[in-house]
Amino acid sequence: MSTIELRQVEKKFGDLHAVKPLDLTIQDGEFIVLLGPSGCGKTTTLRMISGLETVSGGTIWLNGRNVTWLHPSARDIAFVFQFYALYPHLTVWRNIAFPLQAQGESRETVDKRVTEVAQLLRIEHLLGAHPGQLSGGDQQRVALARALVRRPAAFLMDEPLGALDADFRESMRSEIKRLHVLQHATTVYVTHDQIEAMAMGDRIVVMSEAAIQQIGTPSDVYNDPSNLFVARFIGSPGMNLVPGKYADRVVQMAGLDNRYAVPQGWHTALNKGLDGGSDIVVGFRPEAAQINDRGSLVGKVYASEMQGSSAVLHLTINENEIIHIRTDRLIPYPIDTLIHFDINPQMVRFFNPKTEAAIKPEVAQ
Amino acid sequence: MSASESQFSGPNLKVRQRHLSNRAIVNLFIWPTLILLIAMNVFPLFYSLYLGFTNYSAIAGKAPVWVAFQNFSRILNDKNLWTYFATTGRYALMSVSLQVLVGFGLAMLVREKFKGGGILTTLILIPMMISPVVVGLFWKLMYNPTFGFFDPLIGFANPSKAPDWLASRFAGQPVPGLALLAVVIVDVWMWAPFVMLLVLSGLKAIPDYLYEAAAVDRASSWFQFWRITLPQVAPLLLIAVLFRTIEAFKSFDLVMGMTGGGPGVQTELISVDLYRIAFLGQFRTGYGSALAYIILIIIIAISNLYIKYLNQSKGEG
Repeated sequence: MSTIELRQVEKKFGDLHAVKPLDLTIQDGEFIVLLGPSGCGKTTTLRMISGLETVSGGTIWLNGRNVTWLHPSARDIAFVFQFYALYPHLTVWRNIAFPLQAQGESRETVDKRVTEVAQLLRIEHLLGAHPGQLSGGDQQRVALARALVRRPAAFLMDEPLGALDADFRESMRSEIKRLHVLQHATTVYVTHDQIEAMAMGDRIVVMSEAAIQQIGTPSDVYNDPSNLFVARFIGSPGMNLVPGKYADRVVQMAGLDNRYAVPQGWHTALNKGLDGGSDIVVGFRPEAAQINDRGSLVGKVYASEMQGSSAVLHLTINENEIIHIRTDRLIPYPIDTLIHFDINPQMVRFFNPKTEAAIKPEVAQ
Repeated sequence: MSASESQFSGPNLKVRQRHLSNRAIVNLFIWPTLILLIAMNVFPLFYSLYLGFTNYSAIAGKAPVWVAFQNFSRILNDKNLWTYFATTGRYALMSVSLQVLVGFGLAMLVREKFKGGGILTTLILIPMMISPVVVGLFWKLMYNPTFGFFDPLIGFANPSKAPDWLASRFAGQPVPGLALLAVVIVDVWMWAPFVMLLVLSGLKAIPDYLYEAAAVDRASSWFQFWRITLPQVAPLLLIAVLFRTIEAFKSFDLVMGMTGGGPGVQTELISVDLYRIAFLGQFRTGYGSALAYIILIIIIAISNLYIKYLNQSKGEG
């Protein structure tokens, strides 16, 4: 049971920032996901929280205690590594017992706790095996068991599912989520997989280029991305971002003569947010497009993709912009057909291409 | 298609014909080696086994006479030889265990990154590269109670109250075992670097993440050493121990150079005695061959013991 607080924490290698000064407060029992492409500083941030990496500046507070310069062993955290980091020469039982034996727990306590946690993770039948004999999923279960057995104040997980096969990944995802709900332990989870982040996180911290781009619930970062990076990164496919010129309550998009009438409630915000300029980016999710014969926007079918429950149409709207819209899977759309569509006015977003930041509407939507 | 094929295969064929066939090259490489091996190793091995059952002497100028197991039964009933075997065992035990301790310590030290670490590693390896006879002679000088600098180095300034290592005397009083210890010290000085080298390569192969995991698991350095470092290095350490034990049982040149087996028979290792029997004055070639085979069997037995452990520790890893 604990909170984690990062105050102006940064990491520099020489003159290069691996992590720019960042603030982050993690509530007790919260499941926080650090999400971003590789090299964005998310793993470094996690390792600084664990103490495996020293900070170049700022302070880290665990449960109100300043642990910035404490050794990892003094922080009462458990760390789950991407490649499991199991002790290869020890049996599964001894791997799980390791943190308890390191603390000199009695034989009975060790026995009891190892059995408990093995039951929880359903790995009792593996206790006598060596890690090398196990599948990736089972190795990760053992690594989780080793982390859980100590009942630490917080769990730090560094892409724990990154090395697993796709089908294993989904079942382990739900297992980790279930464990979190059962244990209610504060968890910081690093991943580059936005689907994993959306599925697991109470809140997501989107990072890019050594800095936090946005902190919010999965629905926040999906529906209201704070900038163009988050809009592109979250969602599969990402948000459609169409550049255009804004004038007189209308966005003139390049190509195919697309004129988009900006919905009510945005006008003052756009005037303010564009800061006098006229360049604008219109953003909308694939499912925000509504195909409609009298729709004000038009695109030409470039390809269509069956995705099971729905289909995704790729439309060209000018020479180099392709947008994606989600459609009914039952209706076929031949290539090169012109499609007319509207954007759900509740779901349209605007960005200033100069600052890359989202423009906030006048009234909360 | 066929035209281009002949274009490419034509010259190739000619080239191959001008050179030796693969088979000929293989024979050319293998046969000289095999002949040398048979002449210098295989033949002597079996010939000496045969000689072990005869009363042959290399200087007698008489053909070997078959005596069956007479040599072997005499050796197994010779009390002196068993004393030398025991001395050899004591020597091997002390020497190998000290080499492991010192070598492991040095490896742990050199493993840490520090300025000049590379040069220090190289310096530590030097004793290993010197010829054992030269080492023996050097140390004989250093152990000398009147002008050697080993005694002053370990704090005995007054020669009359200092140990005379190679004579097994301390301040004039006989201390049995001192000479053997002196040889052990030199052997450790010479071969601890070898253990260090093997252990070091084992240490460097341990992935950092194991120590990171252990740090997070709140393991003390002591716990990490026993639970991670030692088991991970164990296979290589066992190989080092295996090599050093075999070498210790065969140990000859160092002892011969330093003490020649003395004082008395205090450092008379079995190989030294074998040398005495087979060459020095006695030239009992048949008897010596039989003894050599008994030593061989003992070494093979000990090696097999280690290899069994080695395979076990590998099976766990």
